[in-house]
Amino acid sequence: MKWIVDMFTSTLGRKLLMALTGLFLILFLAVHLAGNLQLLKDDGGRAFNIYAEFMSSNALIQFVSKGNFFFILLHTGMAIALTIKNRKARGPEGYAVVSGKSSHWTSRNMGILGTLILVFIVTHLYHFWAQMHGYWGNITTLDYDGKPVRDLYTLVDMWFAKGWYVGLYVFCMAAIAFHLWHGFASAFQTLGLNHLKYNGVINVIGKAFAILVPAGFAFIPLKMYFS
Amino acid sequence: MKITLKIWRQQGPNTKGHFKTYKLDHVSTDMSFLEMLDVLNQDLIKKGEEPVAFDHDCREGICGMCSLYINGRPHGPLQTTTCQLHMRTFSDGETITIEPWRASAFPILKDLVVDRSAFDRIQQAGGYISVNTGGVPDANEIPISKKIADEAMDAAQCIGCGACVAACKNASAMLFVSAKVSQFALLPQGKPERKERVEKMVAQMDAEGFGACTNTRACEAECPKGIQITNIARMNREYFSAMVSSYEVAAGEGGAG
Amino acid sequence: MKLDSKVPEGPIGEKWTRHKFNLKLVNPANKRKYDVIVVGTGLAGASAAASLGELGYNVKAFCFQDSPRRAHSIAAQGGINAAKNYQNDGDSVYRLFYDTVKGGDYRAREANVHRLAEVSVNIIDQCVAQGVPFAREYGGLLANRSFGGAQVSRTFYARGQTGQQLLLGAYSALNRQIANGKVKMYNRTEMLDVVVVDGKARGIITRDLVTGKIEAHSAHAVLLCTGGYGNVFYLSTNAKGSNVTAAWRAHKKGAFFGNPCFTQIHPTCIPVSGDHQSKLTLMSESLRNDGRVWVPKTAIKGLKAKEAVAIKEEDRDYFLERRYPSFGNLVPRDVASRNAKYVCDEGRGVGSTGLAVFLDFADAIKRDGRKVIEQKYGNLFDMYQQITGDNPYEVPMMIFPAVHYTMGGLWVDYNLMTTVPGLYALGEANFSDHGANRLGASALMQGLADGYFVIPYTIGDYLANIGWNDKVGADHPAFKESMDQVKAGVDRLLNIKGTKTVDEFHRKLGLIMWEYCGMSRSEQGLTKAKKMIQELKAEFWRDVKILGGSSELNVELEKAGRVADFLELGELMVDDALNRSESCGGHFREESATPDGEAMRKDDEFAYVAAWEYKGDNQPEALHKEELKFENVKLTQRSYK
Repeated sequence: MKWIVDMFTSTLGRKLLMALTGLFLILFLAVHLAGNLQLLKDDGGRAFNIYAEFMSSNALIQFVSKGNFFFILLHTGMAIALTIKNRKARGPEGYAVVSGKSSHWTSRNMGILGTLILVFIVTHLYHFWAQMHGYWGNITTLDYDGKPVRDLYTLVDMWFAKGWYVGLYVFCMAAIAFHLWHGFASAFQTLGLNHLKYNGVINVIGKAFAILVPAGFAFIPLKMYFS
Repeated sequence: MKITLKIWRQQGPNTKGHFKTYKLDHVSTDMSFLEMLDVLNQDLIKKGEEPVAFDHDCREGICGMCSLYINGRPHGPLQTTTCQLHMRTFSDGETITIEPWRASAFPILKDLVVDRSAFDRIQQAGGYISVNTGGVPDANEIPISKKIADEAMDAAQCIGCGACVAACKNASAMLFVSAKVSQFALLPQGKPERKERVEKMVAQMDAEGFGACTNTRACEAECPKGIQITNIARMNREYFSAMVSSYEVAAGEGGAG
Repeated sequence: MKLDSKVPEGPIGEKWTRHKFNLKLVNPANKRKYDVIVVGTGLAGASAAASLGELGYNVKAFCFQDSPRRAHSIAAQGGINAAKNYQNDGDSVYRLFYDTVKGGDYRAREANVHRLAEVSVNIIDQCVAQGVPFAREYGGLLANRSFGGAQVSRTFYARGQTGQQLLLGAYSALNRQIANGKVKMYNRTEMLDVVVVDGKARGIITRDLVTGKIEAHSAHAVLLCTGGYGNVFYLSTNAKGSNVTAAWRAHKKGAFFGNPCFTQIHPTCIPVSGDHQSKLTLMSESLRNDGRVWVPKTAIKGLKAKEAVAIKEEDRDYFLERRYPSFGNLVPRDVASRNAKYVCDEGRGVGSTGLAVFLDFADAIKRDGRKVIEQKYGNLFDMYQQITGDNPYEVPMMIFPAVHYTMGGLWVDYNLMTTVPGLYALGEANFSDHGANRLGASALMQGLADGYFVIPYTIGDYLANIGWNDKVGADHPAFKESMDQVKAGVDRLLNIKGTKTVDEFHRKLGLIMWEYCGMSRSEQGLTKAKKMIQELKAEFWRDVKILGGSSELNVELEKAGRVADFLELGELMVDDALNRSESCGGHFREESATPDGEAMRKDDEFAYVAAWEYKGDNQPEALHKEELKFENVKLTQRSYK
């Protein structure tokens, strides 16, 4: 089994893990957005709460959720490992002049964007996920037709009423957008899926995803804040 | 035209380097960039100052020896080799900063001269088809689709200058390595050793201390021969499929005694 | 000493086969007991080092560049000839042989040329097996083109980078042997002397160009694959580093120099733009297929390409078409070059220097459309525009001849051995199979033929004969003595501390050679040149200025050593040109011309190889003649009228 170790300690293997975890997280974003959009339903949060309750209690979902955490950590860990290697590869003396004309700035700043996103994820988990799962705070439980359902909606509504929080949230969505702007197509390139016939489609979907999904996320707090 | 040059001077591999500024006031727009440096060096020698060491040889854009990082870009502002860059690309009075390729795998030998033998070692690790001289089939024995041959030629055009490494923020050699891997992966002659080749070359590339590819495409934008990152994707494919499917031969290689 | 070409007996078509059978073999188990040194890693060197490593010999290979892949073979554009007859157009080994002897103006050794034509077919097979991506037809088979006026399509090519692809093929084979431990590669290392003990070549002395360390390497045989000496002209299409040092130092140790005055001057190069010019760039010969060469009928000083468009048809002189109605713009390289010189001598040259002629594509673009021309020459036009700033689709190109290849080199016998036993010369470094003029796409063929298919056989015979015990270690006093001499030479250069740079001397030498020993040579001019070179040489040793030390990377020091050798070689070239008072191939003596100024060969007097023997510093060299016998090819005067 030495080959597995060899493969995943090689730069290419580590990049493969980055790409695979990245694509999983992209998928996760889509699902998460679908759920979040229920916040916009004008029913006092009922649909959203039922959805949230289901997500946090279903065994399969919880299993996938643990995987999701693991992938976030793996994505981060690999990024750190590769960044260290890449810094070392450049050597102690950097260039005095760098023109930056030959590549897009998002591609050169995935690390910074990723760090912003990581900080956001941590605060985001602290504010919502940790309370939902009862690690702190006291989330209220509602009674929907005899079933106890935790009232995540009210919690969300409380946070999205704070202007600074909405601003921060929108800013972080922008970071995600830029991260995806490069990351989506980049993951396919790393997987070796670069083919003249399909590159165009991958690029268009990637760019559209990078704009629409974060925009969708950002729209919700803005809407809730202003209405 | 008049120009100001900021050039990296470094006496040897283990000494500290620094920028030094020179002024040149008799530069012709028809000069190539290297001829401009020749003129500078002639001036320096006359003044009793040591000339600037830089690598160059064919001066027609094919040997891959010239290697200057000019105003923040390998081989300067045009997508060509330094020797094919002409002074008409610059404007009168301009300040031009010249640095060596910067990468741990390319240690500086003197001034602007770096040691690129890491590239040779990667090629030695597997950048060949194991055929001895003689005893090969007729050249037309195996037809090769024109498109495949052309694509292999696109990859084979790499001149091994190292601009890809210099351009990459991670000092990654992926474009260089993938060009060779691609050439042989595309051609039927390269198929028998396809898996071992990519495994060995990637391992050597990592051992030399080059960085990882983050798909910024800077290499492709700066490559004087227009090698494309399609080759990197191909190498990734080749590598992953080789790693999961290559096998060790259980029995020894020895023939009948 | 009597020159023995060792050409085997028998009919021309059987000589090589017979010879191969008669050569002694080295037992496979004994091959590892032999050490071979290969200097230079171009087509000849890399292919030889790889092939000998494969056979089992221990090879040490040396190149002055930072990697073997940089050797100047890489710059060859057009292609490689091979008598495959894939096009069914009547080619054969015999025809390639015949064309090459004739193209060389009957100054090549028949047997060598026939062998070259024989193995040409193997070269293509070998390269394809190595993964060289030659151009192909849609059906997947190899494509060919007719090159340099050949009547058959026998040239294989890889876009305009055939040399690069062939060299990378040989480099990959070399890499494989380096990885196997059979070849030890020394990059950035320059050979500065050959060590001869008991009349045999026993090794070399080198200088590590990074550390300056002088080292001794011993072996059973030494192969010089160090290319040509076109840079004696300072401006040439050669790489800046190309030099004669290895060959010249070998010459001083007893290897005769063959036909040094035979240089090829290529007509289609980008003209000199000013005093700063450091090298000349070749534009492929194929341009003459569609471009028309002209100058104005009456001299116009400093005529620019932009202004040329306005010059009326009747005021233009298409001088090649006028003088050579049947061949027109496609006359051979030497004829085209010489005629360009003539019109410039008349003051009708164009451009700021007056040393250029137009190569005009306006008619071709009108006839075929821009698209067709772009497909054929797009990359060349782009290259031209990059270098000159002019757009050849709109204004005529300017071209001028430039030194491109040297047919002369170390004299070798049929086994490629020089007059020093155990010392071989391969590729452009030997006096070669091209006679007085090399045909297009033949240089690559010869380099690879020597390295892949000739030396592996012939060296075995020598090694088997001497036996593996017959080796002198690097600790032998002769090595020490040679190292001391080399060190003294380096110190001598550094201690001159004069006032003029190495390049100044090199440029001056180049001008002398170009003026008097270039496209057109005369007794008067050559005699003058000889004196000028001697004076320049004396001045060099008195007044050259080299900064820095000997134990570091010192580019000026490297150049100085090479220029010192060029100065000596230049004089020998002039001597050789003086001696050969006939016109043949690239060598045109004004005294030997027909009434209308065409070259005239004198077969009864000069059908020989002039092999020069070094007789000591500042001593005249001794001339030895190897008579050339033509048993298969009929000697005729060339005519392109």
